[in-house]
Amino acid sequence: MELAIGIILGCCALGAGICMGIGAIGPGIGEGNAVSKACEAIGRQPESKGAVTSTMIMGCAISETTGIYSLVIAILLIFVAPNILVNVLLKAIGLM
Amino acid sequence: MRTKSRHFAAVDILLILMTVIPLLSVMVLKVLTTPQSEGISITGAQIYLTVPMPLQDLYITSAQINSWAVIISILGLCLYMTHGISVKGGTRRQLLAEWIVQKTESMVKDSMGDFFSGYAPFIASIIAISAFSSLLSLLGLYPPTSDINIVGGWAILVFALITYYKLKGGVGSYLKSFTEPIFIMTPLNVLGEVATPISMAFRHYGNVLSGSVIAVLVASALQGLSSLLLGWLPGALGEIPFLQIGIPAILSAYFDVFSGCMQAYIFAMLTMLNISGGFPQELYEERRKKKLEKKKQKQIN
Repeated sequence: MELAIGIILGCCALGAGICMGIGAIGPGIGEGNAVSKACEAIGRQPESKGAVTSTMIMGCAISETTGIYSLVIAILLIFVAPNILVNVLLKAIGLM
Repeated sequence: MRTKSRHFAAVDILLILMTVIPLLSVMVLKVLTTPQSEGISITGAQIYLTVPMPLQDLYITSAQINSWAVIISILGLCLYMTHGISVKGGTRRQLLAEWIVQKTESMVKDSMGDFFSGYAPFIASIIAISAFSSLLSLLGLYPPTSDINIVGGWAILVFALITYYKLKGGVGSYLKSFTEPIFIMTPLNVLGEVATPISMAFRHYGNVLSGSVIAVLVASALQGLSSLLLGWLPGALGEIPFLQIGIPAILSAYFDVFSGCMQAYIFAMLTMLNISGGFPQELYEERRKKKLEKKKQKQIN
């Protein structure tokens, strides 16, 4: 019984960590690309700094979305999923 | 306007009270109803009331109450800024209000085109309610935007608008747009259509929620660290929270102020782009011409 609950909790934490770790790769690369291109553009045309910066922030925030999805899933896995899964286990055994 | 009448000043004070009192009353409500708990914990919106309903109980949570308080106080702020408005120059607040109106109108015209220029008030209200809701966490209140239900409601509203403007080109062409470029793509197109409100809601909600979660985690970590460093001191000296001073404020400046305003801007920008991007202008004008011709023919007959 304790072993089963322990496996559930551990797997939730592990899943959250893997989810966040892999999910952060894509937005990291994407935002890095966006910022590097923006830096190049500003270096070439310093007078267009304002427009480039606002567009870059907009694009960064949009490419951040997938990372935010994985963050939401990780938060759900840590704070919400263990309770539900333990309840399901207890119901399946017949303790509740 | 140096000689303000007494009536004018009284209305001013009333409007300021209308802006401040909702926020204060929400704070009082939070202080009165929050259960005492040890340490820092992460919880969702607090449930104040449960209204029994046929399908499912309706929960009146702090997110709803806070968002209504924000709505009322924004209304008070707008009334205060436009109070005593005059054609000749006028007061400082009138200049501020004019600046806001001009900025939003030029922004809407730039990104939506002339056809949608009437959308400036809608976009401005989206920005205002979203930014003020996110900034509510500076007062120590539960920000309504970190509840998926609130932001999901806005996203559904925007989705209804997008679909309404897509339907302006005719129902047939709207349904046909799902089968492009080939009919095999239909399920993917439907999915893409449904994904728009979901992604808008999740983007906004996830950003605000992640800010508050990270702030709580850092605060609890700092608490542990400072008690580890000073815990060997006797008595009250060991409980000085010296690491919790200042460091959470820097995080809050980024996550609450910058991220909140940024997400408000992005939500409004995506609303504008989606509405004007889905609108088939040429088809709409063709249909309009045909309708006008039909009307003329009927009149002639």
